Amino acid sequence: MYGNDFPGEDPPGGLLGEVEAAEAALRAAAQQDRDAAGPGTDLAAYFAQVVDADQKIEPRDWMPEAYRRTLIRQIAQHAHSEIIGMQPEGNWISRAPSLKRKAILLAKVQDEAGHGLYLYAAAETLGISRDELVDLLLDGRQKYSSIFNYPTLSWADVGAIGWLVDGAAIVNQVPLCRCSYGPYARAMIRVCKEESFHQRQGYEILHVLAHGTPAQRAMAQDAVDRWWYPSLAMFGPPDGDSTHSAQSMAWKIKRFSNDELRQRFVDMCVGQAEVLGLAIPDPGLRWNDERQAYDFTQPDYAELMRVISGDGPCNRERIAHRRRAHAEGAWVREAAAAYAAKQRNKKKEMVAA
Amino acid sequence: MSERGERTDRLGAEGPAPLWEVFVRARRGLAHTHVGSLHAPDAELALHNARDLYTRRQEGVSIWVVPASAITASSPDEKDAFFDPAADKVYRHPTFYEVPEGAAHL
Ligand SMILES: [Fe+2]
Ligand SMILES: [Fe+2]
Repeated sequence: MYGNDFPGEDPPGGLLGEVEAAEAALRAAAQQDRDAAGPGTDLAAYFAQVVDADQKIEPRDWMPEAYRRTLIRQIAQHAHSEIIGMQPEGNWISRAPSLKRKAILLAKVQDEAGHGLYLYAAAETLGISRDELVDLLLDGRQKYSSIFNYPTLSWADVGAIGWLVDGAAIVNQVPLCRCSYGPYARAMIRVCKEESFHQRQGYEILHVLAHGTPAQRAMAQDAVDRWWYPSLAMFGPPDGDSTHSAQSMAWKIKRFSNDELRQRFVDMCVGQAEVLGLAIPDPGLRWNDERQAYDFTQPDYAELMRVISGDGPCNRERIAHRRRAHAEGAWVREAAAAYAAKQRNKKKEMVAA
Repeated sequence: MSERGERTDRLGAEGPAPLWEVFVRARRGLAHTHVGSLHAPDAELALHNARDLYTRRQEGVSIWVVPASAITASSPDEKDAFFDPAADKVYRHPTFYEVPEGAAHL
């Protein structure tokens, strides 16, 4: 799928095609809504009916309190991940090997900031404020994706992140374009369209390195070796241990299980790795004709739990950096607010005069 | 939009930066469409932020920003009563009328 068509340009198929299909489905569902009856008195039944019909729940609709809480948690953690996710790659903006790479990486990291902001805006429609969300992240009361607690040791890591981390994010996020909550679904459509550039630029970095000097090739392989299993872990614990899954599936927040998405990701990556000429660091990886899918070695879920609970290689650094950036930006926010107040007063004086 | 819960609507000048709803005209000939929201201390910064956030890939030729607190919304909960007057006026739609055979360009 994605990246297999590298370096040529094919019409959108694969995952980007699915994003477009989700967008079309969103429009179609909205059309259907014209004929639907209003909520009447049984709000819970109306909610269930809207979700069952694959229509969207909108901010002022009645919704179960647990649905609201689940969405706030999931969208907020997603937003935090985009914001913290700027750091590992941000570390390489000043050290990118050429002006072109620097400009591209800057645009990519700026996109991630944008994704965080779309998602914070979507979370806010559920009745929580931006400041509360920021505090929840800075106090460590809400999590972000475990993957961003791993360090970027070489330039090739920027390529591996684009290919594997953004790639895994896309596989996770494409089904969210069909999520039952309207503002989240709409934000995800926007995000997914932008993510495809991220994945391709990473893939291109690795492709260039893999066809470069032996040292560059080794650097690319080393990056893939380190990022492969943490990327597999991004899909979360195996289905048997996943606590929130069943209810989220029933509410159509989640559309596929962790293991289904992980399998899908592995099946996509194998062909892409072949084109790169790089090895996936898994001796157990082989085609299973019966399942029509690849067998593969599972990531270390004990490590995943350790990293999520704060004990990854960079957890403290990431949060410390975020806190510092937030504190050091305070004067900008204050100055902008003071300037806005001054302009307002000036206008008032002019009106009064 | 005023679509959101009251808590975020009430954000004032002293507290966090107010919320703005962003509308983008994608191309000439199309109406402005709601694309999302953002926080900014004033209209000018809201416009700048909206450009950086919602039109990084030439998604628009024109942007409106509107303070979220300035929007009055009908809520879907009131859908029945609020939109009922339109439901029984099917004669507002051209499909209500039967066109006699032979009458063209109608
Ligand atoms: Fe992103
Ligand atoms: Fe990304």
